[in-house]
Amino acid sequence: MKEILNVSNAVVEYDRQGLKVRAVAGVDLTLNAGEILGLVGESGCGKSTLGKAIVGILKTAHGEIVFDGSQVKKLTRGQRPKHFRNLQMVFQDPYGSLNPRRKIGAQIADGLVVGGSSRKDALHEAQDLLEKVGLPRNAIDRFPHEFSGGQRQRISIARALAAAPTAIVADEPISALDTSSQAQVANLLVNLVEEYDMGMVFISHDLSIVRRISDRVAVMYLGKIVEIGTVDQIWNNPSHPYTRALISAIPHADGTGFMPQDLPGDVPNPMSPPSGCRFHPRCPLAMPECAEIEPAFRTLSDGRSVACHLQTEGSEPVSISIG
Amino acid sequence: MTMVTKKMKKSKNSNSIWRQPLAVVGIGIIVIWTLLAIFAPWIAPYNPNAQDAAKFLAPSAAHWMGTDELNRDILSRVIFGARISLPYSLLLVALSATLGSIVGAISGYAGGKIDSFLMRVTDVFFAFPGIVLAMAVAAALGPQIRNAVIAITIVAWPVYARLVRGLILNAKQNDYVTASSLLGSSSLRTLIVDLRPNLSGPVFVLAALEVGNALLLLSGLSFLGLGAQPPASEWGSMVSLGAENFDRWWVGLFPGLAILTAVLAFTFIGDALRDAMDPRTAKALRD
Repeated sequence: MKEILNVSNAVVEYDRQGLKVRAVAGVDLTLNAGEILGLVGESGCGKSTLGKAIVGILKTAHGEIVFDGSQVKKLTRGQRPKHFRNLQMVFQDPYGSLNPRRKIGAQIADGLVVGGSSRKDALHEAQDLLEKVGLPRNAIDRFPHEFSGGQRQRISIARALAAAPTAIVADEPISALDTSSQAQVANLLVNLVEEYDMGMVFISHDLSIVRRISDRVAVMYLGKIVEIGTVDQIWNNPSHPYTRALISAIPHADGTGFMPQDLPGDVPNPMSPPSGCRFHPRCPLAMPECAEIEPAFRTLSDGRSVACHLQTEGSEPVSISIG
Repeated sequence: MTMVTKKMKKSKNSNSIWRQPLAVVGIGIIVIWTLLAIFAPWIAPYNPNAQDAAKFLAPSAAHWMGTDELNRDILSRVIFGARISLPYSLLLVALSATLGSIVGAISGYAGGKIDSFLMRVTDVFFAFPGIVLAMAVAAALGPQIRNAVIAITIVAWPVYARLVRGLILNAKQNDYVTASSLLGSSSLRTLIVDLRPNLSGPVFVLAALEVGNALLLLSGLSFLGLGAQPPASEWGSMVSLGAENFDRWWVGLFPGLAILTAVLAFTFIGDALRDAMDPRTAKALRD
């Protein structure tokens, strides 16, 4: 598998009246071609911020993000370097992500025109792309308001495809859609990733969708990734107490299973994160050292990585049970 | 086949403006004024500058709108006045809208220090009372209609700059603008392709409303002797003359009505243009 995206120790800070808020506080991850990496976590944990930093919408304060061999820089007013056109994003809000005053065809064709196609060829290819995302070819002559949310999201995807992406960051692409469109768009994304052999970071708080479509999952808590592993590892044998609590929040179809874990307290304010392990004030398994030493990422024998003092580098994951 | 459908769509689109009764009225009035202006020498019953010993004749069969203090035929002067007032106010609006939009677009899109600087400059222009600044500029350049146009443009552009800056600030936060730069569009392309469509509607509406203002400012300068020079007939200066001779109602009324109809017509057209240019209302108009 070819690695196309490497994030190492990425830090993103927001400026709040002179105070620095670390929305993303040092994240490492890699993305391979043909892979969907699910990025999950509570609201406000920094998922979207990380996604925006990856494509260059936000600036990283430290660390680096390397896409296909070159470092991603923040978008400026100048033209984005051609090379990075292959790194695209699909936005959450299907209403704000399309220009209401321009025809669908023109918006999709933009990516091709900027890439050097003639207008005529670009419009023709835009029709092919629309077909690919399951919309009629004659949609190029229509305006965004003539489409439903799910259709608009597919149009946004077609627009991203126009730049021939090798990596896409999909920032909650299905959260704003109704349930039937969610499944369609999710399936479409899976098929496209396969067809184009691109990598996708799929940001979502909908764990059941992430489980269905992802190859690997990264779990974020308060600006840090606490565990990365395959879907099977994360779901069946979580090795971080937070992952365990998060997974237990998914209702089971048969009604069995345990009740969701109720974690004590709220997510701490990222302006003053807790000392040591960021999760320790809410962790039912916290030990004295957790409040002092920040757990480093350790790779376990089954290949996953986790940041928890309960786990030891290179050994079998210690199974976590709480509540 | 595709050519045919395209053509049909196009005519449908431009039809939408004809479906609005007020727009039709507005366009009708402007067309009439334009024809009057073009064919003034053939339509006007008298030479607009012909004088004689009598003065202030009330409207009659010979002089439909009466005569002024030099016994010039007011109807003829109103018709000839269209040759000054209409083209110059359109020119004024076009100039100030262009200048203001460019400044506003740069300011809103660039942001930061460039934005602060340009907006402070705009504030300075706003702080002056319009007519006073226009007078100062026109007086400095010399009394001439061309200089009056320059003076009024200098007074009128900040409104557009503010409007456009606000629209750009609002529009550039949209995800589609980000998406466009992610696709590799240059700033200029983003400005023209993605942001400009958000501007034309509001700018057109403002411009249509401003035609009236421009017309009045131009008349004001003419009245003060800084615009159209006598004996040229200009609606605003004719109204001023009417104000001096309040007991002769016809002196001010008819040029006043001319201004009223022209301003109203431009407003109707502006409204209709806005509705026609917004794809959401345009569709409703088409169906």
